[in-house]
Amino acid sequence: MEEYTFLRQFADSWMLVLLFLFFIGVVIWVFRPSSRKTYQDTANIPFRHEDKPAPQVGDITGKSKEARS
Amino acid sequence: MSNYIKLVALGLVTLVAMIGINYARDTAYMVHAIIVMFVAGGLFLYTVRRTEEPAPAAAPQNEYFDSVVRAGVIATAMWGVVGFLVGTFIAFQLAFPQLNFDWLNGYGNFGRLRPLHTSAVIFAFGGNALIATSFFVVQRTSAARLWGGNLAWFVFWGYQLFIVLAATGYLFGATQSREYAEPEWHVDLWLTIVWLAYLAIFLGTIIKRKEPHIYVANWFYLAFIVTVAMLHVINNLAVPVSFWGSRSISAFSGVQDAMTQWWYGHNAVGFFLTAGFLGMMYYFVPKQAERPVYSYKLSIIHFWALIFLYIWAGPHHLHYTALPDWAATLGMVMSIVLWMPSWGGMINGLMTLSGAWDKLRTDPVIRMMVISIGFYGMSTFEGPMMSIRAVNSLSHYTDWTIGHVHSGALGWNGMITFGALYYLVPVLWKRERLYSLSLVSWHFWLATIGIVLYAASMWVTGIMEGLMWREVDANGFLVNSFADTVAAKFPMYVVRGLGGVLFLSGAVIMCYNLWMTVKRAPAKEASLAHAVPAE
Repeated sequence: MEEYTFLRQFADSWMLVLLFLFFIGVVIWVFRPSSRKTYQDTANIPFRHEDKPAPQVGDITGKSKEARS
Repeated sequence: MSNYIKLVALGLVTLVAMIGINYARDTAYMVHAIIVMFVAGGLFLYTVRRTEEPAPAAAPQNEYFDSVVRAGVIATAMWGVVGFLVGTFIAFQLAFPQLNFDWLNGYGNFGRLRPLHTSAVIFAFGGNALIATSFFVVQRTSAARLWGGNLAWFVFWGYQLFIVLAATGYLFGATQSREYAEPEWHVDLWLTIVWLAYLAIFLGTIIKRKEPHIYVANWFYLAFIVTVAMLHVINNLAVPVSFWGSRSISAFSGVQDAMTQWWYGHNAVGFFLTAGFLGMMYYFVPKQAERPVYSYKLSIIHFWALIFLYIWAGPHHLHYTALPDWAATLGMVMSIVLWMPSWGGMINGLMTLSGAWDKLRTDPVIRMMVISIGFYGMSTFEGPMMSIRAVNSLSHYTDWTIGHVHSGALGWNGMITFGALYYLVPVLWKRERLYSLSLVSWHFWLATIGIVLYAASMWVTGIMEGLMWREVDANGFLVNSFADTVAAKFPMYVVRGLGGVLFLSGAVIMCYNLWMTVKRAPAKEASLAHAVPAE
């Protein structure tokens, strides 16, 4: 089988199935039972550390502030 | 020690550029060699003056690296005005061909200025906006200072050099005439170096992040950077005719070349103008609305669906060509499926305002962001529709396509960038607020009316010209000559140019407002950092 035909058949069979399964996996992963709390926390990332990075290890001067809880 | 290595390298580059001026086979290459000689020579002198001096204090790790973002904001506003100005001028060149002045021929006629306009707005305005906002957002959402120290300055100035080389190349006639990838091989190589440094900075910052999760905006930015690197390298595979000339020959030929170009071209839209700007949306809309994104789960599904689908959509640019039917159909189907993630993302952005819709009345900046999401929804509805083969047979090669591109570029990319700039300037220059909200309202209405004039006139003229081209008489002869359609389009071309004038004047008002914000608006006091919202 020439390379083009092989790649073309691979692309619209196994690769397609693989990518589709990955996508379905992402959706299932997103809706897993414990996800709500994690994502609530992640969605609030923009409201922390607006002015300064998180303090380095051993740095006691800066304390991160939570804008929202 | 590192300074001496730098000096040797800069000296060699200057020398090679001088030899290049002598051996240059075309004007564009000679101009580029002169620019490179001055830049490398200038950097050589700058480095000499700093050698053997005491090293400057190391950058404090407990502060964000914002100076490069400030420079990026200035560059975005400046290139924006330049790009809109060139666009407005070439719109009038189409309406009034006399504007292709004789004394400008070969440098400033429509054919030379058109790529200057597209590159200026996409890569200079949009690219600087993406680099600046991504540097801002990745630091805040990773709670870490930018990785790589002064490498960020290399990316900023290296990118500006790329813009200058690309622009001068077009004016002096160096182009490989690939849509949105016109710069020739030596400029492409330079951009590859800059882009890999950009990727390293972005990834480095994400790797040293202090937040356990990578915020969704960074996913979009990262997809944009990685995919653009891949697209850029493959689309620009070419063999230079000579080391001393700007001409090169593409590695692909025939329909493979066409497919490669539109694989690049449509993903430039999908990843540069969509994924990157969605990263902006997922940070600046929640910040300006002061509430987290409507559904974080939806944003993850939005990301993966968009990434998986966009990469296939390119062939819809090649209906009724030598491209095999199955490939064109694949592109068409994938484009239509794209409706889902596009509208999912649009709903997610709009619904972020749920419970805060009153801000639309009081805050013109959020109004700007909302209308940009509205235009995103509109143009991602129009695009898949135009990719359908039957619709494409009417719309392709007409001004409808240009209208579609501009409702996306001016409406979505332009407006979300303006919104981000209005958010960023007070934060970056530590101002209490913007200089004038009523000027923001002026900008909003001028830009919106400008886009409406532009899109509406292009719909009319595009459909009209598509219908005129396919009109045949009883004997099967074409009724209209090409010149007939050009003459019929004149009034719409004038309306389009006026739309451009409105959009441009809005952008000039924005520059004035931002300038006065830095100069005049009251400084933000530390104690006011947690002030209650005005109400």
